[in-house]
Amino acid sequence: MTGPQIIFLAVGAVTLIAAIMVVTVPRLVHAGLWLILALAGIAVLFILLDNGFLAVIQVAIYIDAIAILIIIGVMLTRTAMSDTARQINRMWLGAAFACLVIMAGLLAIVSQAPTATAGLLVEDQVSMEALGRVLVDVDGFILPFEVASVLLVAALVGAILVAMTPARGD
Amino acid sequence: MSDPFTAIGQFITDLLISIGIDAVITNILLTVIAAVLLGSVVGLVAIITIWAERKLLARVQDRLGPNRVGPYGLLQSFADIFKLITKEFLIPKGADRYVFIMAPLVVVGGVIGLWAVMPLAPGLAGADINVGLLYIIAIGAIGTLGIIMAGLSSNNKYAMLGAFRTVAQMLSYTVPLLLALLIPVMLAGSMGMTKIVEAQSGTWFILLAPLAALIFFISSLAELGRTPFDLLEAESEIVAGFHIEYSGMGFGMFMMGEFVHAFTISALFAVIFLGGWQGPGIESFPPLGFLYFLLKIVLVYFVIIWIRGTFPRIRIDQMNSFNWKFITPLALTVLIVTALVDKLAVENGFNRTAVLLASNAIIVLVTAFLVRAHAASLRRRMEVTDRAPIQQPEAAGD
Amino acid sequence: MTLDWLFIGTILVVGAGMAAAPIALQNILGPRKPNKTKSETYECGIETVGDSWVQLKGQYYIFGLIFLIFDIEAVFLFPWAVAYNRLQFYMVVEGVVFILILAGGLAYAWRKGALEWV
Repeated sequence: MTGPQIIFLAVGAVTLIAAIMVVTVPRLVHAGLWLILALAGIAVLFILLDNGFLAVIQVAIYIDAIAILIIIGVMLTRTAMSDTARQINRMWLGAAFACLVIMAGLLAIVSQAPTATAGLLVEDQVSMEALGRVLVDVDGFILPFEVASVLLVAALVGAILVAMTPARGD
Repeated sequence: MSDPFTAIGQFITDLLISIGIDAVITNILLTVIAAVLLGSVVGLVAIITIWAERKLLARVQDRLGPNRVGPYGLLQSFADIFKLITKEFLIPKGADRYVFIMAPLVVVGGVIGLWAVMPLAPGLAGADINVGLLYIIAIGAIGTLGIIMAGLSSNNKYAMLGAFRTVAQMLSYTVPLLLALLIPVMLAGSMGMTKIVEAQSGTWFILLAPLAALIFFISSLAELGRTPFDLLEAESEIVAGFHIEYSGMGFGMFMMGEFVHAFTISALFAVIFLGGWQGPGIESFPPLGFLYFLLKIVLVYFVIIWIRGTFPRIRIDQMNSFNWKFITPLALTVLIVTALVDKLAVENGFNRTAVLLASNAIIVLVTAFLVRAHAASLRRRMEVTDRAPIQQPEAAGD
Repeated sequence: MTLDWLFIGTILVVGAGMAAAPIALQNILGPRKPNKTKSETYECGIETVGDSWVQLKGQYYIFGLIFLIFDIEAVFLFPWAVAYNRLQFYMVVEGVVFILILAGGLAYAWRKGALEWV
C-alpha cells in the first residue's frame, strides 16, 4: 500500500460517508453541511489526480457558490426547522434492489473498459495557457465557450422570472 | 549570502538525511514544519495589528489609545486575550453544539490558508501553485461559509438575519473582485502569485491598471466588513450580527480572523498591484525583498485604518446599489476596455503604460460625467415635484 | 500530489488549530457555571418572542444566484486571461463577446428590479 493509495482510500471513505450522511440526516441544514464535506473530498481527489486547477474550481464554484445557494434555499422553506419526518419510507426495499441492479450494471461496464496505462501526464501542472488558447481557438472550443455564456444568461433570466413574477402581485 | 532561504532549507535537509531519514520523508517533514511556522506567525500577527490599529485610530480621533498596559500600551492585546480566555464559553440553549464550535475554526482557517500562496521574498513562497489567484478567491470565500454556520447554529433570530445579510454583502462584492482580478492575470500572463510579482519587475500593476486596483481595494474592504461597509457589526444596528451568541474566545476568534483578514488583504494588494517583493537591489540581496513586502503591507494597512477613521458608514441599500449599479458595471467596462486596448496597443507597437493609463483616465472621465448627469437629473426631479429626496431609506424590515 | 498541496493542507489545518487552541484553553481555564438565564437566547435583554426562525426574503437567493453566474463566468475567463498575451485579436474579441453577453444578463436583472434591496 503506497502512500498515495492510502490517502486515496481515506479521502474516498470520507467522501462516501459524507454523501450517505447527506441523505440520511434529519435536519436539512446539516445535510447541506455534510454536502460541503463531500464536495471538499472530491476537491482533494482532484488534487490526487494532479489537477490543481479543477480542485480549485471545485472549491470556488461548488463549495463557495452552489453549497451556499443550497443552504439559502433550504432556509427559505419552513421545513428547515420542522424536520421530524421519517427519513426512510415504505418503498425502501424496492429502492435498494434497484440500486443494487444499477450498481451491478455499472460495475460490469467499467470492468470491460480498457485499462489505462499507468503513469501520470507528462506535465505535472496543467498548462493554463494551452487551456485558454484552446477555449477561443476557431478549431477549438469557441462555440461551446460562447454557448456557455448564453446558457448562463438563460439560467439567470429564468431564475429571475420565476422569483420575481409572484412578487409583483403583492 | 545570495540566497539564505534556500541555503537554510538545504542545510536542514542534508542534516536530516545524514541522520538516516529517507529523502521523501524529509521533504514532507520540512513542508509540514514550514506550514506550521507560517500559519502560527500569521495568526500571532493579529496581536500587533490590533495594537497598531487601536493606537492609530485613537490618534485620528484625537485621543491616546491604549497606554496603560505596558509601555505605550503594547501589552494591551495580551491583557485582552487573558480576559477573553477566562470568560465562560456559553452555548445558548437549543443551539447546534458542533456547528457552533466549528464556525470560528472555519473562518480563521480560511483566512490563514490564504498565506499558503503568498510570495514572501524571491524564491520564498509556501506553495507555488500555478492557480494561486483562483485559490485565493476560493479559500477567501470559505469565510462566508463559517459565517453562515455561526448564524444558523446560534438559535437566535438576529444572528440568523445578521449572518444572511453579511453573506449577501460578501457574495455581492465578490463579483467585482473577480472581474478586477482578471486584469493583473491578463497583464502577467499567469495566475501564479510568484509569476505576478515577477511580471512587475518593470512597472507595478497599479500604474498599468489603477482602476482595477481601486475596484479590488473597495471590494476587499466590503468583503472584510470594514468601514465604510461595516454596517453589519455596528452596535447600534443589528447588535453584533452573526456573532451575538459567542462569548470569550469564540468571539475573540472572529475578531482575530477579521484583523488577520485585513492584514492579508493588505498583503494581497501589495503582491498583486504594488509589486510584492520587487524593489531596488533585489538581485544582489534577495532577503531585502521581504523587507519591501512588509513595508508595502504596512502602507496599505495604514490606508485601511485611515479610511476607517475618516469615513461614515453607508446604509445597506446604498451599499447594495453601489455594488450592482456602479462598481460591477465599472469593473466590466474596465475589463473590456483594458482587454481590447492592450491588445491593440501591443500589436501596433504603442507604449503599453501610456495607452493603458490613458484608457483608465478616459473611463474615469466618462464615469464622472455620467454620475454628474444622473445626479443632475435626480435634482431636477426633486425640484419639479417639490418632494422629499428620491432616495428614501428602505424600512429595515427583512 | 506534490508537496505544494501538502503545504496548503497543513496550513489550513494549522489555521483551524490556531482558532481551536484558544477555545480549548478557554474551556479549561474558564468558569463553567451554567444557569438557566445565561443560556437563554439573547434578544436585547428581554425574553424571546416567537421561535427563533425568520422567513428569509427571496432576494438573498437572487444575490446568491447572480454571484454563482458571475463565478462560473470568471472560471471560464481565467484561462482566457492567462493566455491573453499570446492570443490574436479576434480571440480577444471572442472573450469580450462572452463578457458582453453576461453584462446583458446583468442589465436584464437591473431592469427587472432583481437588484434592489427589499
